[in-house]
Amino acid sequence: MRDMERKGPIVEIRNISKSYRRDSQNIPVLEDITFDIGEGEFLALMGPSGSGKSTLLNLIAGLDRPDSGTIRVGGVDIASLSESGLARWRASHVGFIFQFYNLVPVLTAFENVELPLLLSGLSRRDRREHVDMALGLVNLSDRMDHYPSQLSGGQQQRVAIARAVVTDPAILVADEPTGDLDRVSAEDVLGLMDRLNRELGKTIILVTHDPLAAGRARMTRHLVKGVLT
Amino acid sequence: MFILKLVLRNTFRHTLRTSLTILSIIIALVAFGLLRTVINSWYAGVDASSASRLVTRNAISLMFPLPLSYRDKIRAVDGVKTVSYGNWFGGIYKDRKNFFANFAVDPKTYFQLNNEFMLTPEEHDAFIRDRKGFVAGRKLAKKFGWKIGDSVPLEGTIFPGSWEFVLRGIYKGKEKNTDESLFFFHWEYLNETLRKTMPLRADKVGFYMVGVKDPARAVDVTVAIDRIFKNSLAETLTETEKAFQLSFISMSEAVIIAIRLVSLVVIIIIMAVAANTMAMTVRERTREYAVFKTLGFGAFRITAMIFGESLLITMTGCVLGIVLTYPAAGAFGRALGDYFPIFVVDNNIFTVYVGASLLVGVTAAVLPAWKAIRITIAEGLRRIE
Repeated sequence: MRDMERKGPIVEIRNISKSYRRDSQNIPVLEDITFDIGEGEFLALMGPSGSGKSTLLNLIAGLDRPDSGTIRVGGVDIASLSESGLARWRASHVGFIFQFYNLVPVLTAFENVELPLLLSGLSRRDRREHVDMALGLVNLSDRMDHYPSQLSGGQQQRVAIARAVVTDPAILVADEPTGDLDRVSAEDVLGLMDRLNRELGKTIILVTHDPLAAGRARMTRHLVKGVLT
Repeated sequence: MFILKLVLRNTFRHTLRTSLTILSIIIALVAFGLLRTVINSWYAGVDASSASRLVTRNAISLMFPLPLSYRDKIRAVDGVKTVSYGNWFGGIYKDRKNFFANFAVDPKTYFQLNNEFMLTPEEHDAFIRDRKGFVAGRKLAKKFGWKIGDSVPLEGTIFPGSWEFVLRGIYKGKEKNTDESLFFFHWEYLNETLRKTMPLRADKVGFYMVGVKDPARAVDVTVAIDRIFKNSLAETLTETEKAFQLSFISMSEAVIIAIRLVSLVVIIIIMAVAANTMAMTVRERTREYAVFKTLGFGAFRITAMIFGESLLITMTGCVLGIVLTYPAAGAFGRALGDYFPIFVVDNNIFTVYVGASLLVGVTAAVLPAWKAIRITIAEGLRRIE
């Protein structure tokens, strides 16, 4: 466990813009965004639907590329990486938590958590150790052989969190992680994320509509029509 | 290893859909196998024909007979070893449904020349001695439960009247493709009766079967035989037994081409069924593939998952298709044995099964895999299952 300490920015965003084409129309989503996220930060990005929150999150996590501007994460200009380079970078530096958990239904909780480690070159024994630790962290050691359909929504999201942290990434990105959960399960998940930030020093970027979820973050930024306020 | 596990579990994720797809592949492959076996059975006579035998018939048509007097002239041709002869009788046993080929033949020379019909010396002697005797193939005798000494009547069609025969021998086929459903009786019995009832049709044969000393000289012998009867009232057409059999098949060429086309259409149908299954599967899992990509899985692994699943489905269908082809062909052969006496599955057909299944598996996966790779992660994650 590490105590949270404030360091320099882990994410440096400079003048990024992003637009989508729909039929023949160009729809701007983000316009000239510039900001930093400090290492160990817990940032909530809020805004109405269509404001560009998820797009910004995807750009930071290397799931999409900006039309212009630069994004440096941990000193790496991720927009300049090749597709395969970006995939490798994501696998080792970013953990993902989605609104609908996105677990693979034909794999058990253990196998779902093991997925990102399959690309790491770790031995089977080492992978097992990591998975046991990650599932222990989310209090689901006793459910490791269960399939997603045998778990509640809250439990599935905790498995997804275990999958996100199993490679020990520096950054966790969460897109509406409580959007599909009841209040109790949502509190549970948010408490877990808080622990990951405070105790393990993970940088967390959380996209949410929910003011209560955003209240768990130590910093909140608002996006309105593609502009950061 | 992980990809294999995932492929296996994904394949049976929708058990009903996968089972129905596999079932359609099995049905299509078995249908393909049966159609090809039908074609092979058509050619069974050609495959069984001997290079050292020639057939001489009337040059106008097989419908027209040749004089018996040609026998000695043919025998005198240089290179000829044996001459036999016969008539297609076209008799019916009890009912038209009980169809089998029956011939009036010269008992001494016919079995000497056609040694693929194996009779014991005792049976052959008994057949020669009894002018009303007949010899049946093992399959035919078994079908009607005939035993040596049984009297069997045939109702003549080409040669009208009721004809009585006594079973004197049951031949066995020397080769796998030897027809064991034929019926042979004395040509003399037929001829004697014709002399009394229809004298104009007596002393005429439907065909001569000629054994040559050297198969390499067969063509020379055919030319020599036909030259003798040139400009006669009954000119001859002599050809190798194989060419004779092929001329029969050519009459059904349109049907054979149609069957070949249908068997190819069957392959195209299973391609469409498998492609539809894979397209549905990939469309449903677009978000899942996006998650795999998010976690760092590259195009190669995603492609392997899709191709693996497609190939597992088609190859499962292929293996079960191979296993089920034998009993299906057995049942088909039993049901239509009268029309296809030699209905044997050629094992080479399974090479076609495997090739077609691989082709279908790969083709069905190409477009879905291309789509899965091409879609961006952000776009894939937005898809609702």
